[in-house]
Amino acid sequence: MTAHLDHETGNGIARRDFVKGAAGLTFGFALGAGLLNRSAQAFAAEASTLNAWITIGTDGTVTLMCPSAEMGQGVFTSLPLVLAEELDADWSKVRAEFAPPIPPIYGNPHPFFNGAQITAGSTAVPGYFQPLRIAGAQARRILIDNVAGRWKVPAAELTTANGFVIHSKSGRRISYGDIAKFATVPKEPPKVTAADLKKPSQFKLIGRANIGRLDVPAKVNGSAKYGIDADVPDMVHACVVEAPAEGAKATVLNSDDVSKMKGIAAVIPLPFGVAVVGNSVAAAQAGRKALKVTWDTTVSPAKGFDSEAAKQEYARLGQDRKALARTAYKVGEVWDVFPSTRQVEATYWSEFCYHAQMEPMNAVASVSADGKSAEIWTGTQFGALIAFIVSGILKTTPDKIIVHQYYLGGGYGRRIGPDIAIQAAILSSIVKKPVKLLLTREDDLAAVHPRPMSHHVLKAGVDKNNDVLAWYHRLVAENVSALAAPPSYEASGGDDLIGWRGLDQACYDIPHALAEGVRANNGIRVWPWRGIGSGYNKFAAEAFLDEVAAFAGKDPLALRLELTRFQPRAHAVIKAVAEMSDYAKKRPGHGMGIAFSDYHGTYTAGVAEVSVDRQSGKITVHNYWLAVDPGIVLQPAHVHAQLESAVVFALSAAFIEQLAFKDGIAQASNFNDYPVLRMADVPPIHTMIVATENPPTGIGEVGVPAVAPAIANAVAQLTGKRLRHLPMTPQRVKKALG
Amino acid sequence: MTTIAFTINGKPARVEADEDTPLLWIIREQLKLTGTKFGCGIAQCGACTVHVDGEPVRSCITPLQIVAGRRVTTIEGLSPDSSHPLQRAWIEEQVPQCGYCQSGQIMSAAALLKRNPHPTRAQIVEAMNGNICRCGTYNHIIRAIGRAAGMTQNEHGTKHADAVLRGEG
Repeated sequence: MTAHLDHETGNGIARRDFVKGAAGLTFGFALGAGLLNRSAQAFAAEASTLNAWITIGTDGTVTLMCPSAEMGQGVFTSLPLVLAEELDADWSKVRAEFAPPIPPIYGNPHPFFNGAQITAGSTAVPGYFQPLRIAGAQARRILIDNVAGRWKVPAAELTTANGFVIHSKSGRRISYGDIAKFATVPKEPPKVTAADLKKPSQFKLIGRANIGRLDVPAKVNGSAKYGIDADVPDMVHACVVEAPAEGAKATVLNSDDVSKMKGIAAVIPLPFGVAVVGNSVAAAQAGRKALKVTWDTTVSPAKGFDSEAAKQEYARLGQDRKALARTAYKVGEVWDVFPSTRQVEATYWSEFCYHAQMEPMNAVASVSADGKSAEIWTGTQFGALIAFIVSGILKTTPDKIIVHQYYLGGGYGRRIGPDIAIQAAILSSIVKKPVKLLLTREDDLAAVHPRPMSHHVLKAGVDKNNDVLAWYHRLVAENVSALAAPPSYEASGGDDLIGWRGLDQACYDIPHALAEGVRANNGIRVWPWRGIGSGYNKFAAEAFLDEVAAFAGKDPLALRLELTRFQPRAHAVIKAVAEMSDYAKKRPGHGMGIAFSDYHGTYTAGVAEVSVDRQSGKITVHNYWLAVDPGIVLQPAHVHAQLESAVVFALSAAFIEQLAFKDGIAQASNFNDYPVLRMADVPPIHTMIVATENPPTGIGEVGVPAVAPAIANAVAQLTGKRLRHLPMTPQRVKKALG
Repeated sequence: MTTIAFTINGKPARVEADEDTPLLWIIREQLKLTGTKFGCGIAQCGACTVHVDGEPVRSCITPLQIVAGRRVTTIEGLSPDSSHPLQRAWIEEQVPQCGYCQSGQIMSAAALLKRNPHPTRAQIVEAMNGNICRCGTYNHIIRAIGRAAGMTQNEHGTKHADAVLRGEG
């Protein structure tokens, strides 16, 4: 197999194959001379009602478009795999390319995004699975029809396998590459319905044990290209010192001195910060380092915000029944039944976290001389948004903004943000040259878009049989959707579908439940972070559920099994993880904790085995087990890898990560004072797939939510003490142990 | 500005730059070898790891003058065709996810195997703890190093990789 990425043409796959003299067959494109001079984007846009996913070269190469960003989550392989499956392609001849941002063609039909071409929320596979199967099957049908016409045999007598159309009756076979030499593509795609698609038992590629990711070979020899590697002729280099608190105004104390430094072209004040432009990265970074900036935060909505001091207000909002609370989840009438129950209450906390993606944010932008079009080179989760916003700034239309997609050196939500590409475009329009904007790590951290700090008030009521009758969860946090998804925030009148994720208790048979969100509005640029709300909401809910279990005199595992007795998939993963971890077995000096989470349709349950050093307060995780039901599994080896990845990410947040704010400004600068988990602290992680034939759901984030509560529950089993504050630092552990 | 000569991936190189320019930017911008990555700029993450005379260094804090007359090896020079045992093992084990840190991981691992062809799990962790992988591929990295070490020993890389990961290698 080959991984081919044509970054220089970027979204120009269609153009290149086309210009080569129609040496292949691009499904869905009516080949006409009039299209020759059009840009790739305009060309692809011609195909908006057709099938723009598959190109077959006369050499048999099958090029499949990947509409989503590849940030390590594997879509660059899994989406082509879906196309190749129904196409019956020879996988060794498949290569993938990134599709350009053209939402009408390549948008994700997943209901969360409703056609937006965004890579987020673990929705690529669930959103694209069915449409890509249809697209693959349509392309296969076109190949069959062409051969049927040429051989003058009924199409029904033809079959396909591994890149060939086969006529068993006459013993003839022809490769897809040879078909591409004569095939024509109908104007209207052939009718294919779900009934025409393969049954899961017929899958040859989907679910194969070791399919191998297409991007891996290029990632072991330095040839994989990330945004930071984009190289455009005549480009200059820039650093931007963004306002560390939204809207703060900069005063540069030594602009002239820095401007005179070797290799520095200009120091440019901007509405959102200050740029240093130079002739090399080294020069720009040296200039940036020398720059002395003071910030007037009094004009920032985050002015005066201190994350420690703010906890008092968060706590008040947690208790204040008159605070403006929006309903996130409701069944029954909790307030009516609480008085008839025995009640238990607790409050939980989590701190702000930084994405700490390994590749600092960057983008190259080149605005045309007339200022009416631009090209952007970057790794982004949301190229269509970049095109939309930059077109607005340039007072032109999105089709005039070409976004060249690169691999992402980590996304985790951060690269949904178009901010850095926009800044690069603005700089390019000022300096009239292509500009490569690369943030230093310090500036990347100062421009943090954190996971919000959260406060949780939980209350449960059990009846006289010790059954959980009522459940209440109030979240106090900044509203993530207000910043990251304004349309959904506004359309709902203020809901936070991102930050509230995980507040519901849909899998548990609790007759009366209410979850509500109270917005703390302190002007911090909160943002989606791997696992979104489930990261902190499930910590609070699943750790508190163990408190409820203790209160009701029940075993934590037994309670979860009881609560999920009507939810077979949830029930099954809980049972599976209990079995694989031998949960009930006593381990001297070690505690075992369990937690369950559903996330966007995927079911997971985790068990942590821990010990605690009472002197230092350090928790050691000796084993972590995780069972998952994501429906149909596309790439089993990769599912295990993604689960491990998410577990490590969550361990880092559970133990280490916290970002304090003072006067609205993040109080850390780099990996020295914002450490993340390293190899020495990674336990053995055991993952199990409980596969079902349900439609595939996401996998990239689902490993996150259960980790922190499973650990807290394990510590409680071992010590009898509850840990209710993330991260579970040695200091907090010691305090809890008393 | 000064001219500094050194060897890059076996070939002679002469660059003109300030002598305190970080080696990382000479490699990436002047020599156009972009496999070596920028992560932190303060030797905390290891994404920029290259070899100087076979020893792993953090190129983001290594001034150009230090490499005058010396041999610099980057990920591109580790093997001509991704055939280094570690690169093969990295593919076998499907280690990379986002992949951004992996050049540095492999270069750190290559230096380790050179001085210790059969490291234990503890030795691997000690040698690799300076390289951050935000995607959390650490256990895959341990396995891959174990597999690469097993490859040079015998053809049963998987067994060896498993054993190393369990701490029994």
